[in-house]
Amino acid sequence: MTTTVAAPPTAAPVATPKVRRGWTQHGMVFVAPFLLIYVAFLVWPTLLGFQMSLSSVNIAGRNNNFVGFDNYLEAFGDPRMWRSLWNTVVFTVLSTIPLVFLGLVFALLVHNLRFMQWLWRLSFFGPFLLPSAVVSILWLQMIYPPDYGLINGTLGTDVLWLGDPSVAMWSMVLTTVWWTVGFNFLLYLAALQSIPHHLYEAAAIDGASAWDKLRSITLPLLGRTTMLIVVLQLVASLKVFDQIYLMTGGGPQDSTRPIIEYAYDVGFTGYRTGYASAVSYILFALIVIVSLAQLRLFRKREEVAS
Amino acid sequence: MTKRFSWSQLILLVVALVLAAIWLAPVLWAVATSLKPEEETTQLPLQWFGSEITFDSYALVLGTGGIVKWAINSTVTAVIVTFLTVLFSAMAAYGFARTQFRGQRVLLALILAGIMVPPQVLIAPLFAEMVTLGLVDTWWAIILPQVAAPLIVYILVKFFQDVPPELEQAAFVDGAGRWRVFFTIVLPLSRPVLAAVSIFTFINTWNNFLWPFLVSTDPNTMTLPVGLANVVQGTFGLRYAQIMASVVLAGLPLLVVFVMFQRQIVRGVAHTGLAGQ
Repeated sequence: MTTTVAAPPTAAPVATPKVRRGWTQHGMVFVAPFLLIYVAFLVWPTLLGFQMSLSSVNIAGRNNNFVGFDNYLEAFGDPRMWRSLWNTVVFTVLSTIPLVFLGLVFALLVHNLRFMQWLWRLSFFGPFLLPSAVVSILWLQMIYPPDYGLINGTLGTDVLWLGDPSVAMWSMVLTTVWWTVGFNFLLYLAALQSIPHHLYEAAAIDGASAWDKLRSITLPLLGRTTMLIVVLQLVASLKVFDQIYLMTGGGPQDSTRPIIEYAYDVGFTGYRTGYASAVSYILFALIVIVSLAQLRLFRKREEVAS
Repeated sequence: MTKRFSWSQLILLVVALVLAAIWLAPVLWAVATSLKPEEETTQLPLQWFGSEITFDSYALVLGTGGIVKWAINSTVTAVIVTFLTVLFSAMAAYGFARTQFRGQRVLLALILAGIMVPPQVLIAPLFAEMVTLGLVDTWWAIILPQVAAPLIVYILVKFFQDVPPELEQAAFVDGAGRWRVFFTIVLPLSRPVLAAVSIFTFINTWNNFLWPFLVSTDPNTMTLPVGLANVVQGTFGLRYAQIMASVVLAGLPLLVVFVMFQRQIVRGVAHTGLAGQ
């Protein structure tokens, strides 16, 4: 016993415990609990969902006949499916741009201010902490009503924020930007804080202006963060449901109904669960395509960088 | 940075104040409305303050509504989800990052692929599964699917891979087993990342709407967002002060938590690698 203890710690390479006999199955024990839940509540429903999309099953589990790709064929010929898919894409594009840009602006602003950090963080990140039901009720009941709502009441306008089909989607984007920009703000803020100080000091010695520093140090170093934020944001926006369901229910005239709400409508209100699964899988496919495309872009950029 | 007064700081301060005022306005308006006498909530032109400040709406909401019960349900489910998610994900991540076993690479690939599966598209099959398991209207239906969070495993695998092996070796030499090393060395070392992961899991679970909305129809198991959405549309009618009092009560807990832990949260985000540095 004493001999082993006496061995100097630098007497590497120490045989790693990984390969020692008797350790090998330990890894599996660590992984098992998560794996069990993961397979039961993610892998299995993913497979089950695909099976359901090939059937005519309803919400009660009845009428469960195999119909092949009929649901998909029907979905591709369904104008309401296309409308909700289009709404989802429009929402994603309209929301991602301000959510990334404003997140960056807020973070740059707060990072460069020396006063009252808690106030800025609370103001810009605070709304992200509110449940979607709170946000929806607040905007639906108090901010958007045409007569006594906060916006029209303050600005003296008379916009039908939620009642006009050409405005409603913009209102959803506005609410969403207010509600969720805080997350991107926080990611940018953390990234800004991890940029080494000496880069700016060196630039200052070279006589660089604030604008020069922003353009040639800060923004390039935020590149990776920006790509990450764009990926997360695109996927998050494609999944929009809560605030639209709660505020407009998809209206007026289907102008805001996103595809998840359409899947919910046909599956849980219309009882056509098989068809709803097919619609869900169309969105799933879209999200996988966007994720993989981004991933490729990421890899390419990184190869160029290194 | 210089400490003296500068024009650029003043300009930034003014811009930040204006933006913060805009961003806070909806929340402040909710608070202001909740403190007005009910009949003055829709008065025109808009007034930020009513003729008096009254807490009647809060008393009514707390006295009659299920809001306290839902807040408890939300807290309990969010705490359980957070605890199980962080524990199981950390264990799994440790297994993947620091041990070897048969089928490891395939399993890790399976979990990473799961990051792309949006929970929202699984509502129909998950619901069918819950019906089969008889879990509808129980807390487990709300809890279990949210514990299957592959992204958390991924973040922790990345983090554990960077823990210096020497720290573990020393403990192994002293005769510590895998579990002991995991609980007394690896987990304490990972406190910042675990804190960040816990906070975001808690926020997401507390605020999750669609899934709890589908599996809880019984007011006794409803979480706060679900209860609020159901009842506000139903019984409160057009009593805006009460609606806004509910909104303030439902939004307050996490805002308080954030104000208390904001430094750790910002620092934690950097540690998760989510900030991309």
